[in-house]
Amino acid sequence: MKFKQNNLLSRRNFVKSTTLATTGILSATIPVAAMANVNGDKKLKLALVGCGGRGTGAIVQALQADENTELVAMADAFQDRVEKSLKAIQEHFDGVKKIKVKPKNLFSGFDAYKKAIDMADVVILTTPPGFRPYHFEYAIQNGKHVFMEKPVATDPVGVRKVLDVARMAKEKKLNVVVGLQRHYQKKYIDILERVNDGQIGKITGGQVYWNSRGVWVRARESKQTEMEYQMRNWYYFNWLCGDHILEQHIHNIDVANWFIGDYPAKAQGMGGRQVRNGKDHGEIFDHHFVEFTYNTGAVISSQCRHQPGCMSRVDESFQGTKGSANMRYGELIDLDGNAIHKYRSGKSTKSSKPSSSVANPLNEPNPYQVEHDKLFASIRNGGVISDAENGAKSTLTAIMGRMATYSGKEITWEQALNSNLQLMPENIDWNSNPPTMPDSKGLYSIPTPGITTF
Amino acid sequence: MNFSIVNILFLSIFIGFIADNSEVDYLQIIPGTVEKVEMIYLPGGTFTMGSPKSEKNHFGDEGPQHEIEIAPFWIGKYEITWDIYELFIAREIDSKKPTEVLGDEVSIEVDAVSGATQPYTDMSFGMGIDGYPAICMTQLSAVKFCEWLSAMTGNFYRLPTEAEWEFACRAGTKTAYSFGDDPADLDLYAWYEGNSKGAYQKVGKKKPNPWGLFDMHGNVSEWTLDQYIPTVYNKRKRKTVSNPRVIPKKTYPRAVRGGAWTDQPSRLRSASRRPSSKQWKKRDPQIPKSLWWHTDAPFVGFRIVRPLNTPTVEEQKTYWN
Repeated sequence: MKFKQNNLLSRRNFVKSTTLATTGILSATIPVAAMANVNGDKKLKLALVGCGGRGTGAIVQALQADENTELVAMADAFQDRVEKSLKAIQEHFDGVKKIKVKPKNLFSGFDAYKKAIDMADVVILTTPPGFRPYHFEYAIQNGKHVFMEKPVATDPVGVRKVLDVARMAKEKKLNVVVGLQRHYQKKYIDILERVNDGQIGKITGGQVYWNSRGVWVRARESKQTEMEYQMRNWYYFNWLCGDHILEQHIHNIDVANWFIGDYPAKAQGMGGRQVRNGKDHGEIFDHHFVEFTYNTGAVISSQCRHQPGCMSRVDESFQGTKGSANMRYGELIDLDGNAIHKYRSGKSTKSSKPSSSVANPLNEPNPYQVEHDKLFASIRNGGVISDAENGAKSTLTAIMGRMATYSGKEITWEQALNSNLQLMPENIDWNSNPPTMPDSKGLYSIPTPGITTF
Repeated sequence: MNFSIVNILFLSIFIGFIADNSEVDYLQIIPGTVEKVEMIYLPGGTFTMGSPKSEKNHFGDEGPQHEIEIAPFWIGKYEITWDIYELFIAREIDSKKPTEVLGDEVSIEVDAVSGATQPYTDMSFGMGIDGYPAICMTQLSAVKFCEWLSAMTGNFYRLPTEAEWEFACRAGTKTAYSFGDDPADLDLYAWYEGNSKGAYQKVGKKKPNPWGLFDMHGNVSEWTLDQYIPTVYNKRKRKTVSNPRVIPKKTYPRAVRGGAWTDQPSRLRSASRRPSSKQWKKRDPQIPKSLWWHTDAPFVGFRIVRPLNTPTVEEQKTYWN
């Protein structure tokens, strides 16, 4: 174990420094003179790349985070998406803020992102995750601050690109926030501080969950090419989405990495598609169960399921040498089950007039807004938030889990990190075929444990 | 809640009477499933709505007190549970609708009823599904559930008005709660902040009110049909108003009743009213925000009613939009 010590320590230190950045301590240490692409009080131009519901939500939060901002360009593979998104943004700010984007700055197609990014100071990257490494690379090469949604890639080749670009972003002193919003959520920050203080001892194991009904399906329409169909129904195709163990469950897996202060040494697991296995469900599984083992010997059981009518749980729990932590309740207990701490949000019902707000465990600052507030404050103050490296490594952790469930083999961190698996083509246009194609019955090849290689 | 198969078969025989509007309690079976909604018959009558200034924790919107006349209706014995609500989200049983539904009050095609979208995250927040109340739905979503259930069964279902809700909650009482004025007794009747342990609880585990309705106080607060207007009782002073319904003109605020597992005892009082708010979608990360889910309202659910006198087809539509 000893020879691994250095590696372990450096990973641990890295994760801890991310915590500092998100709580705003790090930003104070960067001298203003060293800033690149900053900006005390100039008007910041924003571009949105990826105009779905989440992208539209993210740009609204960005525009709300800083008064002196302007949306100048929008890009999406599909023109109708761009237009729908602009309309929704305008409706949201109706009577509050004028949103005007010149029609010539509404871009569509696979290379639309370049045109939009060129025009901006800060870019919001919210396309399906397969595209993220390329969009992130272009944005950083061109000196832009970035908010990008998780996950940040769908394959190890993409993860390595994001890691390279993350280093470049740091050198250029560009801010990068990744939408792993639990890092910006008071409850998580509060409990993590206590875990780091040793209140439950050293973490030896845990469970992370995203068990829910599943998400939307966009059925095939007549006249669609295969490329257009997959781009619309992207959740079910791995080159675009990476499977739900990555696309959603990364949130919980990332919390395990964050709390343990390291990334797992290996993973093994199982999965399949039992319920969600129709023609419009592409190639992804509907359940995965993975055991992630860390260098300390800590084991995290990760389960994610997209099956209606079953137990639902989106949560994280950790067991330590002196007690345990549960994130849903935001509580710590000792080894005898006695309460050590319970997280309380700020608000309560003790108001003297009827109010819509109630004291409930969910009543705390909106982390989706906080992540943008911190990003723009950091840009204004000459700080550097560097979420991309952790974003890439947590992305890789989930990919490692997927490689394990698809192949049925044990996968080490190094195998995943150095893998040549590349799902996302480097060049793509509307005339090309997607990397995965249906058979004559309209069905896709499904990963098969024991047969599928990683 | 646990009926044996024999019981379900036995009781379902009585559903035959429902087409005649027999004024008795009944079980509404959901076609193609073993799920059912227990409906309690309330013969209507008059009651005093609101609370006097002398009531502890009285808010301005609870007065002035006034007389209300309520027409007969059935009301759900329990809050609608996830077991039932999930059928509406999934919409997989629509095809199992019998060709001849048992009721003849409603004749609409089930596939014409809008469906709620799948929530992105787990809207039960891990608090439990089987036998637990459904939460976080918008009022639109609750209303569409009623339309869907009506289409599936042929019986006309809708949300209660605020007046119907308070009539049912009071169950003939004039005290702050249907069991008296002392919040110390709440533990026997309700789930609230003091005993919920930070989560909603299975429906029907506490004592019912005098008319046999469970969880009218607490557990989850319940949607009504009405727009929330704090001064609406002023217009009803010194007269008896029949079946008032405050038809909403705006999405917010709408009236929610009964208090929840997150609330202090005062919010569980029979007269207490709460306005809905845009803030209940605060953490929906998408724009436009979901029409169907309130990400930040894990304290809101609903129960359904069915009036004895079925409204006309045209009137029915006004309850479902």
